[in-house]
Amino acid sequence: MRICVTSKGTDPQDPVEERFGRSPYFLIIDQKTGDWTAVTNPVAAEVGGVGPRAAQLLVDNGVSVVITGNVGGNARTALESAGIDVFLIRESVTAASAYERYQKGSLQPLY
Amino acid sequence: MEIAVASGKGGTGKSFVAANIGYAISRERETVLVDCDVEEPNLHLFFPGIPSSVPVTTRLPVIDEDSCTLCGKCASFCRYGALTVTQSGVLFLKDLCHSCGGCEIVCPSGAISEEESVIGRVDTLRIPPHLTLISGILNVGEIKSPTVIKAAREAASGSPLVIYDAAPGVTCPVVETLSGCDVCILVTEPTPFGLHDLDLAVQLAALLGVPSGVVVNRSTPGADEALRFCERHELPVLLDIPFDREIARIHNRGGLLSQVDTAWADTFRDLFYRAEALSEGGL
Repeated sequence: MRICVTSKGTDPQDPVEERFGRSPYFLIIDQKTGDWTAVTNPVAAEVGGVGPRAAQLLVDNGVSVVITGNVGGNARTALESAGIDVFLIRESVTAASAYERYQKGSLQPLY
Repeated sequence: MEIAVASGKGGTGKSFVAANIGYAISRERETVLVDCDVEEPNLHLFFPGIPSSVPVTTRLPVIDEDSCTLCGKCASFCRYGALTVTQSGVLFLKDLCHSCGGCEIVCPSGAISEEESVIGRVDTLRIPPHLTLISGILNVGEIKSPTVIKAAREAASGSPLVIYDAAPGVTCPVVETLSGCDVCILVTEPTPFGLHDLDLAVQLAALLGVPSGVVVNRSTPGADEALRFCERHELPVLLDIPFDREIARIHNRGGLLSQVDTAWADTFRDLFYRAEALSEGGL
């Protein structure tokens, strides 16, 4: 399974980005190999419609779960319809620590 | 001759000025008054009557699931995020769609067609002898104001004199209303908010190449910030309307100042001639 953490930087030690669609980077963890890959969000600074377009990027990258601070209405609809689960992290922690908390089952699912 | 009445800040008296100037000048020539504040049109309150209605539609994509191959070309083309292609199908978010038609063009399997969707209407009311009121009305829950404004403007096209009552603000609906106008009357009030937003409206009119002049509404003696603002920006002050309880009373019961008071009728007719002179570079 491929898990995504929204992040302010390209490293697992960078802080989690609380916004989904405007996250500068998507860190994608391949659970089979344990590898972390950073994907730049090309729509982070666009005027509108960034939520569904970011969701599309995750669909195209084969992501099944996303860990983020919050998602907007359109992003939620797109993620839900793509079958991507959303887990919310409310504290400002590193991406690696957010992923750890997800693995421990201590994050709230959005739906 | 196309005159826009705009303001920046809401509640400064755009509709008050538009309704009164329209009524006053229609005493002597054929006039069309267009309510372009399509999210909350209100000029009809001053001109009761039963209008004729024409629907306003926009085009939305319809995806044929049988011929769609989920290739994702439509979603990667759409700059507004209106289409998301997942393993199980295509999600269309109608409120993000700008009806550009691009998805239909880029679809390699011809799975996308377009259908008309009603988003509002244009009402037309003939008020004898020489006035016509056209109101653009956006349906509740719809967001494409400019489409309805365009339709309202089209309904008025060809008329020798058209006065547009714009929405507040300086966003797309106001750009749609101001573009191509000969002159813009900016209604302001002598408050910090009024002047702050007037500044934005002045900049917008300048960007669009529309000459503008100012009507100061609810003016009080001694409070001359608005006049000083106009002086600084070299803006002609077209009219100064005092803060007067009787004016408010007439307006608030749906009356027209220029109908009940002949002196004010003359004042609003003069306002029209000053705006006309401004459009010809004569002020």
